[in-house]
Amino acid sequence: MSGGSTVLYDVPGPRARRRNAAIGLLALAGIAALVAFVIYRFNVTGQFEQRRWDQFQYSAVQRELLSGLGATLKAAGIASVLALLFGAVFASARLSDRWILRAPATFVVELFRAIPLLIMIFFFYYGPLQYGWSIPNLWALVLGLTLYNGSVLAEIFRAGIAAVPRGQAEAGYATGLRKNQVLRLILLPQAVRSMLPAIVSQLVVLLKDTALGFIITYPELLYYGKQIGGRLAFGLPYVPAYLVVAAIYIALCGALSMLAYWLQKHLSRMPKTAAPVMLRTDKETGATAPTPL
Amino acid sequence: MGDFFGVLTNGNNGRVFLDGFTNTVELFVIAALCSLTLGMLLGAMRVSPVPTLRAFGAGYVNIVRNTPLTLVFAFLIFAVPKLGLNINPFPSACVALTVYTAAFVCEVVRSGINTVPTGQGEAARALGMTFGQVLGLIVLPQAVRSMVPPLMSVLIAMLKNTTIAAGFSVLEAGAIQDYMSERGEPRFGVLLWVTIGFLILILPLVAFQRYLERKWAVAR
Repeated sequence: MSGGSTVLYDVPGPRARRRNAAIGLLALAGIAALVAFVIYRFNVTGQFEQRRWDQFQYSAVQRELLSGLGATLKAAGIASVLALLFGAVFASARLSDRWILRAPATFVVELFRAIPLLIMIFFFYYGPLQYGWSIPNLWALVLGLTLYNGSVLAEIFRAGIAAVPRGQAEAGYATGLRKNQVLRLILLPQAVRSMLPAIVSQLVVLLKDTALGFIITYPELLYYGKQIGGRLAFGLPYVPAYLVVAAIYIALCGALSMLAYWLQKHLSRMPKTAAPVMLRTDKETGATAPTPL
Repeated sequence: MGDFFGVLTNGNNGRVFLDGFTNTVELFVIAALCSLTLGMLLGAMRVSPVPTLRAFGAGYVNIVRNTPLTLVFAFLIFAVPKLGLNINPFPSACVALTVYTAAFVCEVVRSGINTVPTGQGEAARALGMTFGQVLGLIVLPQAVRSMVPPLMSVLIAMLKNTTIAAGFSVLEAGAIQDYMSERGEPRFGVLLWVTIGFLILILPLVAFQRYLERKWAVAR
């Protein structure tokens, strides 16, 4: 995009370049003013004071953050494995020739994508209390994440298989392979290459959503962020605490997002599959519309 | 079964459900309008010829998209008052949803503009059209077709995300179960009704979104 012609404007000439530079300077001034205002507010309310940042040098606090990170990764890890399994099972049920498998699988996948994730987590966390037993909050979180992301993944898998050109399956059947063999030997290896970026993107969404565990008091990163921020002795350093937690999340999810982007570029460049590579950078543009690039 | 419907009819329980869902819809409408505005502004920055604006848009999207929405909420509710800005929970929830959703709207706008082939704009400019004409007559009519279905998906996801406000003392649909359990109503039944309420709100939107997606599919 940089420098080249786009659908909106041509390669800028000398006058347009001068105008763009002027707008750029103006924008830079605006952004600088915004940053200056934030720094001013931080300074006025004493967010840069030593005492508010001291905690992060204590090994006990660092251990708290690490255990929060561990809990976040643990929930995300278990939920990823279960969601991938759930997705695989329900995608294959939806691809079945038998309506008795297809219909219930479609119903389940559509239902769990429509219910807000937090409500599902509440079901697992608060529901059993009424009958006198309880699920640990880790598992309430993991089960909610599994059902929601598993359903989205099922849609990604199904769309990935459907994106392999029909001729591939037809050629497979023509050489005498069974349906199971066509799926396993012909479609899946090609589909996996095209789906991989979308799968990784969905796992980023799952990792981000583990933060919902905070609401049911699962001791993950955000929970410790609030603990660390709520200490009176250090001047209630909520702002530094959440900034540190945010940096950890952004580094973690950013690395995974970059992996998804790299996979998409890499896989598109060496086309060993006839299926277009799908990239979903967010849950919103959804498995209903995998963006073919 | 009487128990199940009792959750809705006992005392003024119906009132609580109605208030909760009214607040949810209110939160949704306000945050939707704000995030569409902010998102389109950011999207315009990302497709502009000014490198500074492009970099700002890209930076915003990359930071916000890799931050959990719950963290945005927590920052606004717990940390922002420490910066000397006191905002009530409801406006805070609106801001959190707006800041978060705008990043996704921005991406939809950018990719929508980018689906229009460069040749369309070049041909229009070769005919002597001004920037306004190129945008209004050539690019937007084509881009909007590919933008509206994903924009609706973004808004549907935001409607579901409003429930997170329940964890931060906003009395909306997600908070109904906490409120009701204090009255001794069975949590499971209450949650089922909350779910049914959400399905009533979401399923028509999903159906409409799929319809638009099919109807407006552009073969390129």
